[in-house]
Amino acid sequence: MNPSRKRRIRLVVALTAALLAASALIYTSFSAGSDEQTAGQLLDGAVAGKTYTLAGTVKDGSVRRGDGVLWFSVRDPHRPVSVRVRYTGLVPDPFREGRGVMVKVQRGQGDVFMGEKDTMVTKCPSKFQVAPPRPGGGPASAT
Amino acid sequence: MIELLVVFLVVLAVVAVVGAPLRGRARGIDPDAELHAELADLEAAKEAKYQEIRDAELDQRTGKLSEEDHRALDAELRVEAIALLKRIDAVRARSG
Amino acid sequence: MATVGRALLIVAFAVALYGVAASLYGAFAGGRAWVDSGRRAVYALAGVLTLAFAIMEIAFLRSDFSFNVVATHSSTTTPTFYKATAAWSSQEGSLLLWVWLLSLWSSLALAVTRRRVREVAPVATAVLMTFASFFLMLTLFFAQPFETLAAVPQEGTGLNPLLRHPAMMFHPPMLYSGYTLFSIPFAFAIGALVTRRLNAEWIVSTRRFALAAWLCLGVGIVLGARWSYTELGWGGYWAWDPVENASLLPWLTGTAFIHSIMIQERRGMLKVWNASLVLATGTLAILGTFLVRSGILDSIHAFGASTLGIPFLILIGAMVLGSVGLVVWRRADLASEHRLDSLLSREAVFLLQNVLLVALAFVVWWGTFFPLISEAVTGTRASVGPPWFDKYIVPLAFAIVALSGIGPLVPWRRLTLASVRRGFLLPALAALVTVLVLLAVPGAWAEPKAALFAGVVAFVLASVAQELWRGMRARQASAREPAPVALAGVVRRNRRRYGGYVVHAGFAILLLGVAISSSFQHARDVSLKPGQSARVDGFDIRYVRATSHAGAEKISLGAVLEVTKGGRHVATLRTTRGFYPSQDISQGIVGRFFGGESESEVGLRAGLGRDIWTVINPNITPLVPIIERGNRTFRRAMVGIMSGPAADRQQAAAQLFALRDAAVTAVARRFVTSPWPADFRFIVSPLATWIWIGAIVTFLGGLLALWPAPAAARRRVSAGYAARVARELARTTQ
Repeated sequence: MNPSRKRRIRLVVALTAALLAASALIYTSFSAGSDEQTAGQLLDGAVAGKTYTLAGTVKDGSVRRGDGVLWFSVRDPHRPVSVRVRYTGLVPDPFREGRGVMVKVQRGQGDVFMGEKDTMVTKCPSKFQVAPPRPGGGPASAT
Repeated sequence: MIELLVVFLVVLAVVAVVGAPLRGRARGIDPDAELHAELADLEAAKEAKYQEIRDAELDQRTGKLSEEDHRALDAELRVEAIALLKRIDAVRARSG
Repeated sequence: MATVGRALLIVAFAVALYGVAASLYGAFAGGRAWVDSGRRAVYALAGVLTLAFAIMEIAFLRSDFSFNVVATHSSTTTPTFYKATAAWSSQEGSLLLWVWLLSLWSSLALAVTRRRVREVAPVATAVLMTFASFFLMLTLFFAQPFETLAAVPQEGTGLNPLLRHPAMMFHPPMLYSGYTLFSIPFAFAIGALVTRRLNAEWIVSTRRFALAAWLCLGVGIVLGARWSYTELGWGGYWAWDPVENASLLPWLTGTAFIHSIMIQERRGMLKVWNASLVLATGTLAILGTFLVRSGILDSIHAFGASTLGIPFLILIGAMVLGSVGLVVWRRADLASEHRLDSLLSREAVFLLQNVLLVALAFVVWWGTFFPLISEAVTGTRASVGPPWFDKYIVPLAFAIVALSGIGPLVPWRRLTLASVRRGFLLPALAALVTVLVLLAVPGAWAEPKAALFAGVVAFVLASVAQELWRGMRARQASAREPAPVALAGVVRRNRRRYGGYVVHAGFAILLLGVAISSSFQHARDVSLKPGQSARVDGFDIRYVRATSHAGAEKISLGAVLEVTKGGRHVATLRTTRGFYPSQDISQGIVGRFFGGESESEVGLRAGLGRDIWTVINPNITPLVPIIERGNRTFRRAMVGIMSGPAADRQQAAAQLFALRDAAVTAVARRFVTSPWPADFRFIVSPLATWIWIGAIVTFLGGLLALWPAPAAARRRVSAGYAARVARELARTTQ
């Protein structure tokens, strides 16, 4: 077999192997990925035993803490509904009411969703103030 | 007012720096540019070849190449280096 | 001063556009004078932008809240050190930082190469100035750093507390230096393709800049990981976060390029591959900047959805299309001069390493952009997490580290059985011994992969040590120097080679730290009251006492913990949680001091054997009733003052605020006087510190490889060989 033919065969084999590997990768990503769902989508169609990624804003006044468990509600961006989440594990520092949050959940009893431990991610806000300072009134400094 | 002055001074400085090469010097393409570029390329290739020769020697002295393998490789590299030197001489001759 | 800043940006934009025009005109029609003028435009740009950046920095340091960017990202209570870094915590400031760094590095690159690469440099200048124009256009029309406020507030919002960490001072400038430095080889590649000068001269200049970029970007990435480990309250250093991945992508392809360019240098092969790699790296660097700035993917870094997305996409699209087009157009000039001699040669090892690195980059790229891809394909956004990444990254990283040990032992062009015996024996033995010893350690059976990886690392370290030893002996044989001098001598004369070996060793150590610390980590979440203790991985951690501190900047509630093992004192850990005040008056006069952002101060005891890490989350729910009572009391008092005589109001209000501060301090103090259970996370990670040690060794090696040999020494060496080759030449022509 002449060298250039050998080289061409090597190239074809290598490219085929690369294509197969890439396809395996792409295939597993679609099955391993967890869908991002809004509160409304979860309420409508969440199946018990399947893990979803809940994305939305933390509802004002919904946060309760105790005994290492965090309870909070996540609002749907488009509909006036929210889901209640029971979460254990790491809570990122920027977590607070009114902020964007993403957490992996599974359907629990009723409309309560059980958060998977340590899966919470919060969106860092572009400006971290909650409300603009009132001009004039209020203390002059933070002391 | 002072702000306008500052900006004006900056613009003046920029124009002076950027315009300096354009004042009074000969314009137009350098006729020897092609030659200089080729020479620079060959010089760089020559340096790289010398580095290869040195690397081969170090490879032999640290045991990666046997004596005979090194001799063969060294000869090959020197032939390539000589070819480069010849080409450099030819280019230099062309530029007179 | 803000108007001066705005004006300077306009001047800079004009200079950048002039730079593009003058360089291109000089390259193709006008000659040297215009080319020089174009290059000087780059120097002028650097000067103008330095002034503009200085104006912004001074505004931050003086807390000049008439600048919108200062009012929204800094405050009078922010420590001076962090006032300076606040400049680039903002979208606007960071864009200015990017283009300023680009102008500085471009000036350096063009000054250093002004007598060389004369054909390529003008086109490269035009490309770099195009980037500068793009970023300046963003600062002029999309995110203006010098916007002013009509009503100047008395206090700013303050710096996001998560960013108050020394590493944050250096992380963005290093990262951006890495990105902007990678645009230099990109620009020189475009220039080389356009002018068809893809040979030795281009390689020499490009390689240096690529290595410098690789170094800066690598340091930036490691600083970010260190910040995550010591500042964020999760105890990890890498989360496969989209922004982390974005900075890793150009670093991976840059690493591949640094290796494969050596093959082109020696054998004139892989020209298309190298051109594509360097163009891809530059594009990925811009893509990385885009990911952070556009908010298109959810990440802890995302600065919220912004209007910058579309311009960036256009630029990246242009770069991709332009790169592909250029490579296809010049494919004739990119033909290989030689073919691969043997599959068992250093060239082949480099090629395999390149393929693996590109595969690694593809995995990271796919996982990062998967939410967007899945949305386009299925309509739903889905994301893949660290387990998916680890599944593919771990075996690839394994193979790459193994190759980094094998590569230096394989000669160029052809490997022979004898050289295998000579080179591989000792490292293979070291690997075998390491694996056997580790498997004998109790508990190691649970993680055989970690033991196997330790074996691979032992192979790498042994092969590097072997190379250093043999190099030293070779020099001693000819120079008759004592061992240390000979070692220094051979390293100094072969910086690229030995610098590279040191990098391999450092990187292997780094990954070993990663492997061991993650495989054998023990983590526990517990609730403790003072006096109680928890047991983690053989260590007893006792909550000794609570701490509280109320300062101008924040309120800190924390704990002092004692760590003992077998009764013997190991470490004292201090961890706090800081509560920053919010500007939201609706939270109450007292409440707003507890209602703002919070961040953790990690308690870390690092050691060569293991790290002990802790963070506290003192739940402040028990304080809420007292805070609400305080809110009511102070509000009533405030109302009383406001309805009283106007003359007394000022003084009475001042007295009330003093009382309020005392009250806030007292409320915080309750955590010490009548403490309630606080949540703790304890993590014990063996060999975690070696991650950072390995990183330092890697970068020292990179620095060594980058360091130029003194010109005199180079000429001496060349002259010697020139004489010998010249003698040969004389003989053959006779």
